[in-house]
Amino acid sequence: MQQIINFIIRNKTFLLFLLLFSVSILFTIQSHSYHKSKFINSANFLTGGVYNTVNNISVYFDLKSQNQILSEENNRLKSLLYNSENKNDSTYIDSVSFNAQYRFTSANIIRNSYTAADNILLVNKGKNDSIKQDFGVITSKGILGIINETSNNYATVISILNTTNSISAKLKKTNHFGSLTWNAKDPSIAQLVDIAKIARIEIGDTIVTSGLSSIFPKNIPVGTVEEFKLDDAENYYEIEVKLFNDMTSVEHVYIIENIDAKEITNLLNPN
Amino acid sequence: MNSSISFQTIRFFTLVLIQVLICNQINFLGYINPYIYILFIILYPTKNNRALFIFLSFLLGLTIDLFLDSGGIHAAASVFIAYARPILLRSAFGVQYENYAVKFNTIEFGSKLTYITFLTLIHHIILFSLEIFSISKIILVFQKTLFSSIFTILLCTLITIIFSRKTK
Repeated sequence: MQQIINFIIRNKTFLLFLLLFSVSILFTIQSHSYHKSKFINSANFLTGGVYNTVNNISVYFDLKSQNQILSEENNRLKSLLYNSENKNDSTYIDSVSFNAQYRFTSANIIRNSYTAADNILLVNKGKNDSIKQDFGVITSKGILGIINETSNNYATVISILNTTNSISAKLKKTNHFGSLTWNAKDPSIAQLVDIAKIARIEIGDTIVTSGLSSIFPKNIPVGTVEEFKLDDAENYYEIEVKLFNDMTSVEHVYIIENIDAKEITNLLNPN
Repeated sequence: MNSSISFQTIRFFTLVLIQVLICNQINFLGYINPYIYILFIILYPTKNNRALFIFLSFLLGLTIDLFLDSGGIHAAASVFIAYARPILLRSAFGVQYENYAVKFNTIEFGSKLTYITFLTLIHHIILFSLEIFSISKIILVFQKTLFSSIFTILLCTLITIIFSRKTK
């Protein structure tokens, strides 16, 4: 017993180092598995508050370009509204229309990140605005990510530029679907994998969300095909997708709640 | 003694804020950011309580992780260089360190640069290998380590030169 205590006292720095190092490795491993970063996330009042304060100032610097983007979107929506021929299959139903499946909440990005391998953004809406885990996040141009952790006033978003993320997407032309991933290299290019070999692809084809995952509605734009090749086993295509969104400059986003999500998951997992 | 504690506290918080609010927004050439918060570990007094120093480094890394949503990668890298620091100090400064005579304001430039370089390289290699966490992307790890290290070393050296004049 005496020797054990002596050993601990003698090596106390090394043991402390080992303890703290393994704690940090544990946090790291947790953060690499999807939806597990429970303790260390920036959606708390301290870091969220700091980012919010700074964002309140820095938001003025690109007011002009963000206004431009918003007015372009208004323009697009107006033309959609006045040119529609009573199509009922549109999924962009506004929350005011009765029995809508999707509810939209607008929010602002207060921290953007696109340089790391696992990028996580922070938005200024949280539990108080009934934002929960697994809600989708889009911008006017396309898909952005999925809500991960929420606090009262803030929520973290797993960006599509995150190696742990994988979103179901399809070719708009042929409806062949695969999963959208990211290889941590270029923030303007994502990878669409597992597209069946039978699909006919051309450079410039549009990629949209497939609507198979109950997080995103169908047909939200993702990007265009930049390059494609067969994978090593030559059974599936690997497509380089040029994203519509400029991930380095996002400000106004929409959070999508699928009101039927619970029903769908209950149906799929009866237990 | 008390002034030293308050000085270190101020340095801790200033470096954290500069890191998360300025340095992580630089994104030079798309992905290159300096990690200057390790200046706290570089410049911590050499005559210290080692356990406390390692714990403070862990706290520093964890605070950065909290802001950057990066799990525990900064904490791991910081703890590691805090533990490895005496070895590097000995190899960079030799006898001077053995006599506890290392004052960061007075040491010569060459050995200071070696010391900062080694500490930064070790820190960044742990940081990026944990961040990317995949052996198949080892080239990307080295690429990020190299470019960010150059940036970090340059900034850290400049900051130590600029601020050492005032404290004389």
